[in-house]
Amino acid sequence: MRVKEMILSLGLILLLLCGSQACQRMSADEEQKTLHYFTWSDYVGPELLAEFERRHGVKVVVDTFSSNEELLAKLQGGATGYDVTVPSDFMAAIMIQQGLVAELDSALLPNAATLEDHLQHLPFDPIQRYAIPYLWGTVGIGYDSAVISTPPDSWEVLWDPRYAGRISMLNDQREVFGAVLRSMGASMNTKDPALIEAAKARLLAQKPLVKAYASDHYDQLLASGDVVLAHGWGGPVARAMRDRPSIRYVVPKEGSTVWADCLVVLQSSPRKKLAMQFINYLLEPQVAAHTAERLLFASANKAARPFVPPHILENPAIYPPIDLLPRLEWMTDVGEALRLYDRAWTELKMQ
Amino acid sequence: MKMSVPVGRAPSWWLLGPGLVWMGLLFVVPLCLMFVISFAGRGTYGGMVWSFSLTNYLDLFHPLYARILGQSILLAAGTTLLCLIMGFPLAYYIARAAPNRQGIWLLLVMIPFWTNFLVRTYAWMFILRTEGLLNTVLLKLGVVSSPIELLYSNTAVLIGLVYGYLPFMVLPLYVALERVDRTLVEAAWDLYATRWTVFRRIILPLAKPGVVAGCLLVFIPSLGAFLTPDLLGGARSMMIGNLIQHEFLVARDWPLGAAISCLLMLFVAGMMRWSLRAAKPLVQPEPES
Repeated sequence: MRVKEMILSLGLILLLLCGSQACQRMSADEEQKTLHYFTWSDYVGPELLAEFERRHGVKVVVDTFSSNEELLAKLQGGATGYDVTVPSDFMAAIMIQQGLVAELDSALLPNAATLEDHLQHLPFDPIQRYAIPYLWGTVGIGYDSAVISTPPDSWEVLWDPRYAGRISMLNDQREVFGAVLRSMGASMNTKDPALIEAAKARLLAQKPLVKAYASDHYDQLLASGDVVLAHGWGGPVARAMRDRPSIRYVVPKEGSTVWADCLVVLQSSPRKKLAMQFINYLLEPQVAAHTAERLLFASANKAARPFVPPHILENPAIYPPIDLLPRLEWMTDVGEALRLYDRAWTELKMQ
Repeated sequence: MKMSVPVGRAPSWWLLGPGLVWMGLLFVVPLCLMFVISFAGRGTYGGMVWSFSLTNYLDLFHPLYARILGQSILLAAGTTLLCLIMGFPLAYYIARAAPNRQGIWLLLVMIPFWTNFLVRTYAWMFILRTEGLLNTVLLKLGVVSSPIELLYSNTAVLIGLVYGYLPFMVLPLYVALERVDRTLVEAAWDLYATRWTVFRRIILPLAKPGVVAGCLLVFIPSLGAFLTPDLLGGARSMMIGNLIQHEFLVARDWPLGAAISCLLMLFVAGMMRWSLRAAKPLVQPEPES
């Protein structure tokens, strides 16, 4: 009797599982015409998606992630059904290494021919076999010129006691250590324990001046006047400028990070051709220009520049001046040394 | 226990089925996985290397982690204490209110749950910040002469945690206090007990299961909190929850994160055992027979 009940309930569970499988198979035809785009939240204008849907007679479904690590964890956890996603440079490198990304067919990507010169040959994907840069920018300092009268040009300003309690740093161990390492004249990708230790000492000295370590609301901190110096990505600083026009942005002379979010087709995608058409569409000059204007990040497509409004193009927080390029560095995986950064970061937080 | 099943036969075991299957699949299996992972090594790109080692646990002997755990316990204990001090009178008032009023009060206690915790935490940021609501009001009233720096401090974290978990204290306390037999209180009065004696000898012992349940419900989640320290504390320090989140999501060091989680769970389990036992002698209203 009991055994029977058990078998019955097990059978029921199996039935439920199979049922949902069958349902998925039934709509396979529909599925062929649906593109799944896995991206950052608010990273693409709905009207741009609607235009692509109209042109190709397909449906685009958007799903979002909030960090590169979340993206990787989901894909490694076996999430399938996504076609196109947009990891940052260092994560694209990892995803390529892990075999998560499909090779691209350059014939389907004519718009990739006009990428900005310095984005044509990314260190981890020199001939664009896997990843197409989409949006790019720098890490620097957003500051309130109404309070800080002499425009800062060095990371050193983040150690200026005059601004104690009015400084925010990114809540991102690699970027924070990167800024300090650059200020010490070292590479932000160093694996040298002595350098990491020295950087930690500098950060410990800075901590009393830091109001918050924030990665996702420092634009509000700047705009509200809670902080007058913010270590951060250019885009959010440009957003803060709209609310508080005295906000400026500078990439310190010691150098900083350059980043690019890259479009990739996933190896598990059943619609690779459509996926590449979608990437090509996002790179179309007018589409790309529209995106840059909306998100306040520079488009990787040089051909988009003529369509971008001048005030966006001339804002250094959005479009990094080309003469900055020699001072910028890509963030790369530091392998085993990550535990050193990790320990140092935790110590910084517990101080 | 004097309760008995009406028909005299134990209820069919399959009543456990749905809950058991759910917990088995979605709780026990991941838990075992995590235990296994805590002995693995970290791959170069953040994956797992399946080689048995105790490195992750040995790494935790670093005094740094003891400090994080210590600070988390301190904050969680502070949160629990404040919730208890504020929650007890509140729960007592509700439990003694007219029955038709009790529902309204309980509803009011639960209203915050209608909004997502993240949104409510952001609201606190607007209240606490330098040019925020609180400082504006205090300055206008002349209570303070310059804005107080509340946001991005452990005080702000404490405020946020107490706010977030107060209902978890009030509800079990209400249930316990509502069941306290009023005649016992009246009897104590008749025997010339003072207010304090009534509270200490009658109400508190009878409400003790509620106190213990409320304290656990507040202490455990606040120990693992990571959102509040990040947003209201400005990520200037770490609670153990932040460390675990950091290892799993940022450092992609799952083995170390798993080891910390296992240790935390061990600690919490030990604490629960202790507190449940501590609660026992006073749960029984009647003396030993």
